[in-house]
Amino acid sequence: MHIDYKKFTLSNGLRFIVHEDHTTPMAVLNVLYDVGARDEDPGKTGFAHLFEHLMFGGSVNIKDFETPLLMAGGENNAFTTNDLTNYYIQLPAENIETACWLESDRMLSLAFSEKSLDVQRKVVSEEFKEHYINRPYGDVAFKLRELAYKQHPYRWMTIGQELSHIENAKLTDVKAFFFKHYNPSNAILVMAGNINTEKALALAEKWFGVIPAGEKYIRHLPAEPKQETARRMEVKADVPLDALYKAYHVGSRTDKSYYAMDLIGELLGGGGSSRLFQSLVKEKKLFSNIECYHFGSSDPGLLLIEGKLIKGVPMTTADQAIGEELEKLGSADIEEKELTKVKNKTESAILFEDMSLMNRASNLAMYELMGDVSFMNTELEKYLEVTTREIRDLSGSIFEEKNSNSLFYYSNN
Amino acid sequence: MLNRKAVPEITDAVKFQLSLPPHRKITLRNGVDVYLVNMGTVDTVMMNVIFYAGNCYESENLTAAATNFMLKNGTRSKNAYQINDFFEYYGAYLNRQAGHETAELTLHCMKKHFAELLPVVSELMTDSIFPEEELRIYIKNMQQRLQVNLRKNDFIAGRLIDTYLFGPSHPYGRYSSMEDYAALQVDGVKKFYKQYYQEGRCVIFIAGPLPDNIDTLIETNFGSLPLTGSSRPDMANADILPVHEKKYRVTNDADSVQGAIRIARNFPNRHHPDFQKMQVLNNIFGGFFGSRLMANIREEKGYTYGIHSYLTNLIQESALMISTEAGKDVTEATIGEVYLEMKRLCEEPIPADELKTSKNFMIGTLLGDLDGPFQVAGRWKSLILNGLTEDYFYRGIEIIKNIKPGELQELANKYLNAADFYELAVF
Repeated sequence: MHIDYKKFTLSNGLRFIVHEDHTTPMAVLNVLYDVGARDEDPGKTGFAHLFEHLMFGGSVNIKDFETPLLMAGGENNAFTTNDLTNYYIQLPAENIETACWLESDRMLSLAFSEKSLDVQRKVVSEEFKEHYINRPYGDVAFKLRELAYKQHPYRWMTIGQELSHIENAKLTDVKAFFFKHYNPSNAILVMAGNINTEKALALAEKWFGVIPAGEKYIRHLPAEPKQETARRMEVKADVPLDALYKAYHVGSRTDKSYYAMDLIGELLGGGGSSRLFQSLVKEKKLFSNIECYHFGSSDPGLLLIEGKLIKGVPMTTADQAIGEELEKLGSADIEEKELTKVKNKTESAILFEDMSLMNRASNLAMYELMGDVSFMNTELEKYLEVTTREIRDLSGSIFEEKNSNSLFYYSNN
Repeated sequence: MLNRKAVPEITDAVKFQLSLPPHRKITLRNGVDVYLVNMGTVDTVMMNVIFYAGNCYESENLTAAATNFMLKNGTRSKNAYQINDFFEYYGAYLNRQAGHETAELTLHCMKKHFAELLPVVSELMTDSIFPEEELRIYIKNMQQRLQVNLRKNDFIAGRLIDTYLFGPSHPYGRYSSMEDYAALQVDGVKKFYKQYYQEGRCVIFIAGPLPDNIDTLIETNFGSLPLTGSSRPDMANADILPVHEKKYRVTNDADSVQGAIRIARNFPNRHHPDFQKMQVLNNIFGGFFGSRLMANIREEKGYTYGIHSYLTNLIQESALMISTEAGKDVTEATIGEVYLEMKRLCEEPIPADELKTSKNFMIGTLLGDLDGPFQVAGRWKSLILNGLTEDYFYRGIEIIKNIKPGELQELANKYLNAADFYELAVF
């Protein structure tokens, strides 16, 4: 499906994309800030995400963000990743200007309220507990990142390395972070839905175009050195089952190997006919579930495999069995039909994802962040170009033993 | 000079004319009703086949869920791998889901493959064989998943509260156990399949920009199936026997850092005249991000990452449920605040501007929720399965637009009395 859009750059440098869709009564305003957990100080992790919470605590001219938005029939949310922070508002198209007014004021400046910081520190602490402490295997993602990354800031989680970093956040940190990252030079604005481009551009100029450009943040992150030997960590925890996690270094989202890598993940762990599930859950009965996934991160990322072992299966047996499946991908070409299957799955996934106006709006912003919004319409072609030979070669290099990080997570009961 | 202090002119969402796009109903030779929602601009199709085969109909615990899950695990001509490979080859998703009343098979696919996929969906509905080995794998894997879930306070709380509300023997209150999984037998599953799938009754919803020959396609693939069940099999309609004791504190994990809270009361089903009015009151109480529970307990006090209240989506009877996880040291304080918010709604009328805001939000999001063929089909499904017509949808909108603070306060006094609620915290 081809997504139509127009791209502009406002006088203050803010990149602005409009996507018209007159089949919906709704409109979406999406603002992406080019800042994520990777941009944090190692001693103050979790800050980009905590900051996202503070963006709802009132801006310089608007004390209450929520009420006017509700009055306009709108809803909104935001998310933070290791790479970026994204805010969106969906509302009836007639009221798009309300969204412009709200979103531009918090790009201009925040209220910086001590009370809001105090409360959101607590809220994020509860989020940390709910997702990572108060549940079995909750610490796995922390340990895997620490194992796989030694230099790059992907070594910590978006929620923060530890609770104390969040609990110690100061209002001065909040201000410094805002002025460093939240300005037109570091943002991408998208309006989508039942609007016309001319009117959207006028609104963007009116509300966003007048915000001072701010300083462009230039990222200098330490590159992760190439891993030269296999790493392994063993953990014993109060969990009911043994679990096995593997992480392999792969290229970045913009690396040309990305498409083949994504398809490899799908071949291994995507659904009931995938290789790991069929071999290790159904045939060999070593795992009760097994998955393979990645985050499509902006800097070189990880391809992860995780599964829970059937009670009584030795860890080494399970590990070896995964190794055999990975080895197969790297040592012989797969059948053309199997490659077609994962390409079809990808085509379908893209189509279903693009059904939602909100997804289209945020994806336009993300492709622009990747380098050019036009990539959104050439993505599928790049998947279709991948050959069985590329799958084999790339698998061979990704699944080298020295590129592996294994976490053996043992049940102590 | 731009005035950033003043709100730009807003069109009140309550002024929007909302309409539910129509469906077209066809009845197949064998009496199966099919509802077609033919709209949408993206070439994708959704088909939802709903059987009256939820756990209300089972005589052995977990039979309904196991039968539904294993629909994809083998027919006379295809094994589990071949079935999965077939659907995945076309980039299609075939999901199954079993609830208390119904059990479903849902196909999402690209329009261009829809016709090729239908014969196999039909095959799963009539020709599944439930191999012994597949059942053994299912039991083992579900037991392991249960072992992990039992370590989560939130999971425990969700099970226990239903038991209090409906009684441990009612289908809504029954839950899984290691023993009940172990007791599952192929014979029981096959018997359930024969009675509630092969010879049971189903309703089909199909949505998307549909192919021109849709009527023929559906008739060909589903019109001759031996679905002979009555229009809706006698639901076990078991007596709801709420337990007597109202307050519970349960220790699940001595090291836990949060308490999982449920506060709930029984509530009549959608046919009760108060149901839709309660949805408006609930929206203000705990129904969304800007609700009173969120504003007070998250945004003012920081006790939790999120707190929500909702009316459960069940056919026989509903419940009003408040659900959250809060820091261990503030769990009791959180429960106290929930009751305070109930009390405020009983004692003080909702201020006019707060009510207006909430109404605009409800209508605005409803407009968004109706955006797309699958969403529209979902609305129709909810109406039809609950035995309602589109009047109900329009009455709901009128209620949102017109309900007054006095009426909501009366409703609060009727349904938000602390003494009527079950209260549970799992640590």
